[in-house]
This record gives sequence, C-alpha cells and structure tokens, in this order.
Amino acid sequence: MSPVVLNTIEVILNGLMTGVMYSLVALGFVLIFKASGIFNYAQGVLALFAALTLVGFQTGQVPFAHVINATFGTDYHHWGEGMNTVLAILLTMAVMVLLAWLVERLVLRHLVNQEPIILFMATIGLAFFLEGLGDLMWGANIKVLDVGLPSGGSFWWEDVTRTWAAEGTEYWGMYIDVLDVWAAGIAVVLVVVLTLFSQYTETGRALRAVADDHQAALTVGISLRTIWVVVWSIAGFVALVAGIMWGAKSGVQFSLSLIALKALPVLILGGFTSIPGAIVGGLIIGVGEKLFEFAIGPMIGGATENWFAYVLALFFLMFRPQGLFGERIIERV
Amino acid sequence: MENRVTEEPTPEAAVTERAERSANADVLLDLRNISLSFGGVKALSNISFDILTGEIRAIIGPNGAGKSSMLNVINGFYHPQEGEIWFDGKLRGPMKPYQIARQGIARTFQNIALFRGMSTLDNLMTGRITHMHAGIFWQALWKGRAEREELAHRERVERIIDFLEIQSIRKTPVGRLPYGLQKRVELGRALAADSKLLLLDEPMAGMNIEEKEDMCRFILDVHDQFGTTIALIEHDMSVVMDIADRVVVLDYGKKIGDGYPDEIRSNQDVIDAYLGVAHD
Repeated sequence: MSPVVLNTIEVILNGLMTGVMYSLVALGFVLIFKASGIFNYAQGVLALFAALTLVGFQTGQVPFAHVINATFGTDYHHWGEGMNTVLAILLTMAVMVLLAWLVERLVLRHLVNQEPIILFMATIGLAFFLEGLGDLMWGANIKVLDVGLPSGGSFWWEDVTRTWAAEGTEYWGMYIDVLDVWAAGIAVVLVVVLTLFSQYTETGRALRAVADDHQAALTVGISLRTIWVVVWSIAGFVALVAGIMWGAKSGVQFSLSLIALKALPVLILGGFTSIPGAIVGGLIIGVGEKLFEFAIGPMIGGATENWFAYVLALFFLMFRPQGLFGERIIERV
Repeated sequence: MENRVTEEPTPEAAVTERAERSANADVLLDLRNISLSFGGVKALSNISFDILTGEIRAIIGPNGAGKSSMLNVINGFYHPQEGEIWFDGKLRGPMKPYQIARQGIARTFQNIALFRGMSTLDNLMTGRITHMHAGIFWQALWKGRAEREELAHRERVERIIDFLEIQSIRKTPVGRLPYGLQKRVELGRALAADSKLLLLDEPMAGMNIEEKEDMCRFILDVHDQFGTTIALIEHDMSVVMDIADRVVVLDYGKKIGDGYPDEIRSNQDVIDAYLGVAHD
C-alpha cells in the first residue's frame, strides 16, 4: 500500500477514537432529553465535576480546603494518602447519585410543566453553579487523573503497519494511542449495558415509558420524580465515564466542560432522542473533522477542527433538522 | 383457550346473576358530593354515586357532561375542590396519580395513551410495574428477586396476551398498530395491573361493529373470569344497556339519573338530555 492510503487509514482510525469520546458526552445529553425533554446544558460540567471528585478522592484531598483554611486559618490540604481507584470510583458514583437527587429536589421539582426553554435556562444556571462548586471543593489547578489505564502510542501497531507499506517507500507505521482504544472499548461496553438495562429490566421499561408518555406512565403507577432521579443518576454515571476518559487523556481542567459544546453538533447529526444516533453522530464528526483537516486543512491554513463540526451541523439543520435517527418532528397546526 | 368459560349462560340468566351479585356486594368506591371547577367553569357539581365490588358501572351522558372529568377525579389527575372519595373502605386523602395506581386503580384513555415506541409485550409488562419490588441494583444484575419477578410477571402477561388474542403482535411497536388493536393493547395494559377497579374511557369509540363486538366480549370475559370491577364511559346506548349492571347519567356536570339500565331507559330527564329538549 502506498503511504498516502496508509496515512488516510490512520486519520480515519484516530477520527473514530475521537468520535467515541464525543459520543460518550452526547450520550448523557440524549438520556436526559429523551426522558424529560430537557436539554441539559450542564452535562459537560457534570463530567468535569465527576472527574474532579474522582481525583480528589483518589489523592486524598480535603474538600473545600481553601474555604476551610481561609475561614479558620488552618492549613489542611490532604487527609491522607488517598484511596484505591475502584473505591474512589464507587464513592464518586455515590456523589453523582446524591447530586441527581439534589437536582430533582431543588431544581426540577419546582419547574414541573414549565416551558422547555425555562428548564434549559435552569440547566445553564446549574452548569455555572457546579463549575463554581467544583472549584471551591477541589481547587482550580489542573490535575492528573490516573486510573491505571495504559496510555501512549502502540509500538506493536506501529510495527505491524510498517510492514504494510509498499517496498522502497519511507513509512514508519501508524500511531494509535492505547488509551483511545481503551476508551472506545469502554464506550462500547457502556452502550451495550445501557441498552440491555433499558430493554430487559423493570426500571429500564419505566424509563422508556416516561420518555414516551408522561400521563400514561403516571396511570400505570410510575413516579416521575423517582424516574428523574434515576435518569440524572445514569447521566451522572455516563458523565463520570466521560470525565475519566477525557481527564486521563488531557488532564482534569476546567476547559473540560467545553466538550459539551462539541456534543451539540453530534446531537444535531444523530438526533436528540436516539442513542444509536449519538454514537454514529459522534463517529461521523470525529472522522469528518480529522479527514477534513488532513485533506483540505493544509490548503486553507489548517485549524479546521475548531469549526468543521459546527458547519456540518449547520448543513444538517438545513436538510434534516431531526438528525439521522431522530423522531420526525411533526407539528400539527 | 383453556381458561375461557365453556358453558355460555343465556343472556337473561347472566344479567340476573350479575344483578344478584351486585345486590350483596360491598361498596368499592364511594364518591360523595364531588364538585370540580376550573376557574369559573363548573365541570362537576355535587355528584355522588358508588361503585360496588364486582359490578360493571357505566357512566353516560352527552358530550361535555363531565364524564371524563369524573374519571380523572377517580384516578387522581384532577383534585375536586369539594367532596370525599372513599376507596376500599378508606377515605382517600390528596394523592398523586401514580400512588392511586398503586392502590389498585387502572385505566384506559379515550384518545389512547400507550407507550408508542414500545412493543405490545413491553407495554403490558409496564402495566405490571406496581407489582414489582426488586431494587434497581438487582435489576441491573438480573439476579435474585429481580430475575424471579421478571419471569413471573412475564408469565402473567403472556396469559393476558392469549386472553386478548394479540399473540401475533407481541413484538410490534404499538405505534404501528391499527386503532382497534391499540385499544385492545391498552385494555391489556390496564388488565396487567390486576387492579381492584378498572376505568375504561370510551373503550369502543371509533370502532366498527365487529371491533365493538370483540371489545364487548373482552370486557364481559374480563368481568366474568377475573371478577374485576369495571367503570366505563360509553356513548353507544345499546352496548351500555347490554353490559352494564348499573348506570349513572351526567348532564352539564350534574347527576340526572342513577340506577339499573331499565330504570334509566324510562327516565324522563335522561330521555330529554339525549334528545336535546330545550332547557327553560
């Protein structure tokens, strides 16, 4: 094979890996949107908050250390050596469930039957609040998140692909980050588990029922409040997974919350109500932006990854506003 | 079908038998002086009637008489400003619809409220949600109580599917089914709840004669086999007079008649309401 073909394959592979990461974030949006019609602007911040909390537990940080020290003149920073990663992940999950419960109790409950735009505004408020809370609790410095997943380029893959190149050409093999491969694998498992859960369990059916028809769900005995806590907990869980992956890749920093913006074109492509849509949308955006940068980027000065996804989304809005897999929007007059 | 009644009693005998049964039955639901208004509009004024355990109670009346409002009061979508609701011997406080469903009241809707994206089987399984108690953690693992419950409820639901003769559409998303079948699935979902009281809001609206006959047969079979107490709203008078044990008639939010079908048929107020005699 000629190096150009091999390079293209490499770009596509890396695009797929990036796409999986976008899908992970988009998935959290879809879950909440399907069940309650709320576009949860805070999903990105949820991922950030989960990652911050996880690092905090792992390294044994004292929450609110700055506040405590400033108020009482003390000098606490760590309460010990930290804890085992698995335990820290479980504890972080517990925090996310608690957060879901608080969101229902303090925000959603008071906004029942309000316009979607009002709920959307509430989630913007929630996003800012959580960002501030994360800062107060764990500090604003960039943190390293290490959950024990391998990372760095795969030499094995480099060696294998080097042999594919045609005789006499200069080719040094493909670069693939092992962490990206792990992230893709975990995302696949997550989606399969979520699908099985929603298909074959009572709570899964209740979730789908609420997503389908609130009134009918009430008449068969489903408590909407309970379901919302469950949905937000699951979204928190997805955010935790996304936070771990992004955090491990690029460090836990506050710009992490901005990946939520990248999820928006993914959702427009895939449709706001479709889980497969979120996956496929993420992959298309990931591959699309990498390929575009590779093929067209050099001609127009590069840095196309910053805007390509949004322009693609704009085209989709013109021709297929419900996305690839979304429910067709039919408004009766 | 093994559990279908094999010996058909004569219609007259069945009616007498039902009338006798209701004569010694307990009151399941007792509505006392219910008044409901939306702003200045009175939807229901001072309505009282009861539903006995094991009977088929019809609620009839012209359009806008307040029949559906009455059903919404019973299942908790509306909260009346005045009046008391006694269910199963206890005064009912203000409750959410899902709590009332858990107490044992299931219902169907005039305009069909199914989970359209879900299969017939899943719709019926959702109907059994009030009987499921396994924790979410065990559900996720599909182990222990959660697994046993899934299997037991699945069996129950399959029996209802057999009973309603909808085996062929078990896996079809209900949004794709024709109207008549959707109505039947909705009845199935309400049946799956094994409720004490079944509320049917115009179960035969918009059906052709054949579908109506099927639906009538299903309602009577449900009543005979499971002994379910049923309250239903229906416009087709011949149907109501055939299957109801007792009838209550509403007009402009007021009760204008209450009694056995024969009494209702000869009640002058009811005849006036239906023929549209000028009110003076």
